[in-house]
Amino acid sequence: MTLDHLKPGQGGTITVVGGQGALRRRLLDMGLTPKTKVLVRKVAPMGDPIELFLRGYVLTIRAEDAAKIEIEEVVQ
Amino acid sequence: MSYLLALAGNQNCGKTTLFNALTGSNQHVGNFPGVTVEKKEGPIKHYKDAVLVDLPGIYSLSPYTSEEVVTRDFLVQEHPDAIINIVDATNLERNLYLTLQLMELNIPMILALNMMDEVRASGNSIHVKKLSDALGIPVIPISAAKGEGISDLLDVVIKTVKEKKPTQKLDFCQGEVHRAIHSIAHIIEDHADAAGFPTRFAATKLVEGDEPMFKALKLDTSDIHIIDHIVEQMEEDLGTDREAALADMRYTYIEGLCAQCVVKHQETREQLRSEKIDRLLTHKYLGIPIFLLIMVIIFWLTFSVIGAPLQDLLSAWIDSFTAGLERVLTVAEVTPWLTSLIINGVCAGVGSVLSFLPIIVLLFFFLSLLEDSGYMARVAFVMDKLLRKIGLSGRSFVPMLIGFGCSVPAIMATRTLSSDRDRKMTIVLTPFMSCSAKLPIYGMITAAFFPNHGALVMTSLYVTGIIVAILSGLLLKKTIFQGSSVPFVMELPAYRLPDAKSVLLHMWEKAKDFLHKAFTIIFIASIVIWFLQSFDWRLNMVADSANSILASIGSIIAPIFTPLGFNDWRASTALITGFTAKESVVSTLTILTGAANDAELGVLLPQMFSPLSAFSFLTFTILYMPCVAAFAASKRELGSMKEALLTAGYQTLVAYIVAMVFYQVGSLIL
Repeated sequence: MTLDHLKPGQGGTITVVGGQGALRRRLLDMGLTPKTKVLVRKVAPMGDPIELFLRGYVLTIRAEDAAKIEIEEVVQ
Repeated sequence: MSYLLALAGNQNCGKTTLFNALTGSNQHVGNFPGVTVEKKEGPIKHYKDAVLVDLPGIYSLSPYTSEEVVTRDFLVQEHPDAIINIVDATNLERNLYLTLQLMELNIPMILALNMMDEVRASGNSIHVKKLSDALGIPVIPISAAKGEGISDLLDVVIKTVKEKKPTQKLDFCQGEVHRAIHSIAHIIEDHADAAGFPTRFAATKLVEGDEPMFKALKLDTSDIHIIDHIVEQMEEDLGTDREAALADMRYTYIEGLCAQCVVKHQETREQLRSEKIDRLLTHKYLGIPIFLLIMVIIFWLTFSVIGAPLQDLLSAWIDSFTAGLERVLTVAEVTPWLTSLIINGVCAGVGSVLSFLPIIVLLFFFLSLLEDSGYMARVAFVMDKLLRKIGLSGRSFVPMLIGFGCSVPAIMATRTLSSDRDRKMTIVLTPFMSCSAKLPIYGMITAAFFPNHGALVMTSLYVTGIIVAILSGLLLKKTIFQGSSVPFVMELPAYRLPDAKSVLLHMWEKAKDFLHKAFTIIFIASIVIWFLQSFDWRLNMVADSANSILASIGSIIAPIFTPLGFNDWRASTALITGFTAKESVVSTLTILTGAANDAELGVLLPQMFSPLSAFSFLTFTILYMPCVAAFAASKRELGSMKEALLTAGYQTLVAYIVAMVFYQVGSLIL
């Protein structure tokens, strides 16, 4: 399952971070690394981007980029 | 002995507030060489021989953004005596990620643990000594906003600088990554020394696959081959790739460190409060209306309630100053041409632009509030989807919106955009948003030609501007600004009360910037236009500006506008004077048609234009190159005269094409 499929309030653990180049590096640098727990908090009014909570802070990324992040152990 | 100190840290960690607290108002703002990344520096209070450089707010030292590259280059090439790394103590885990990378540079370093007041107020705590022992560098708890711990920080900074004690080699890595870094360090040691890089830093970057580092070290192919082999081996053993391996390694180390040093019972009050505020401000249905309402209030306060009276007051002062000066010049029997130069050239030109100062300062007051409170990031979050299609991100929305008021602050506001590419593209597109100075031109044309359809004409022109900006954006995205944009992966910081000193300094800085423009480029442009308007080719002063050089240039270029439907020297001359300020188009047309007042102008204009060509003229006027003040702002923010000229040329070309299409298609239909 990928991160963009989570609904607000759902969370999971990252397994693989895809994408490439600047985007992938940026995702990793911001703490979206494998084994990290991440929670989807909100979706922007126009349906995109999404708001995440991880490592004690709030991050926003676009759904198309969230689709490159694989997650498991999805919980409410 | 003078010292060079660097201030580094993430965005939103209070870096600017600390910089202002350390340096006071004695700051110099410029750009890093070759890029339009802002560089602020200033002497530290009470330590005049120590200069502090504020580095861009970054999250990592990757090679992908100009901010990160500039920071790397600065730290490696300028050899600062120490780095002050400011971190947000309420969000230590992510903030320390940059710290670990900075520590590899072997530069004496001090960790400023900011927002400790918030940590304490929430009943959480951080073991400062443990953190300091683990990292091997001094750690000072501070609150930049409240001014707590600043003098302790300064004492430690000066002490550290004098000791010249570089950061300890911190082995945060283990296992396969550790082996890879150390094997590579061994191979490249000489190359790193020769190129001026700390070996450990260079080795880590090579493991990450950092292209600029491979180039900078000038490695031969056999070395590169061995390095590739080491990295491949590491990737195979770990079952992951090089970039993920290092990011994971750093974060794993930090997680362990935080588990030891951070006692966190709950989110801080600020974080909990932010979540509540966001329930409203980024609400599914209310988020966008609230944003638009906030902007309407800002515009209303800026352009009517507070701004207009101030602008009128300033205009009145400038007028009475001009009148007084004119009397003095007359009494002193100064030659008429010099009087005219001073009064009609400099005072009129600079004065009309100068009267915009209150509006610009006010807009920046509100913009600072939006930015420093953390709301600007929410605007980007809410509006991102709209701008993504033209290759921009939500961050560009506010500057573009400001463009409807005035292009000058709009262009100046692009400085907060975190990507060079987005910044440039926004500067090109913003002037297509019709600014308030163009309203008198609408007024003049609609009164003369479309008295019953004023609202319709105005709306259609505003919409035209927006559509042209969208099409332009699509075109630019496919051509000049090709390639992937900087990824939209953005922190939503906790809402905080803006720091008054930072807001005031920001306003002062923008005011200074604008005044500087007014007395340099605008000053010169005013004199040039005055000269062209007041003299003929034999350099005799003309009584009637219809005989001036400007008018004859207008006649020469008039035929260019034939496809647009207005081959008239008065129209083309008015367009030239529109460069000094857009509203000059109206005054020039009034003078050149010999109209005594607006009503008479309304009668005379239909002799020059048909309704269709009037509409085409209006279209051209709203789209063509912005006024000299906006041009100066775009030169400053683009950092290059050439790019500013290309931008203005592009805008004029677009205006020409759009007006021509309107006129030609209109002629076929009507």
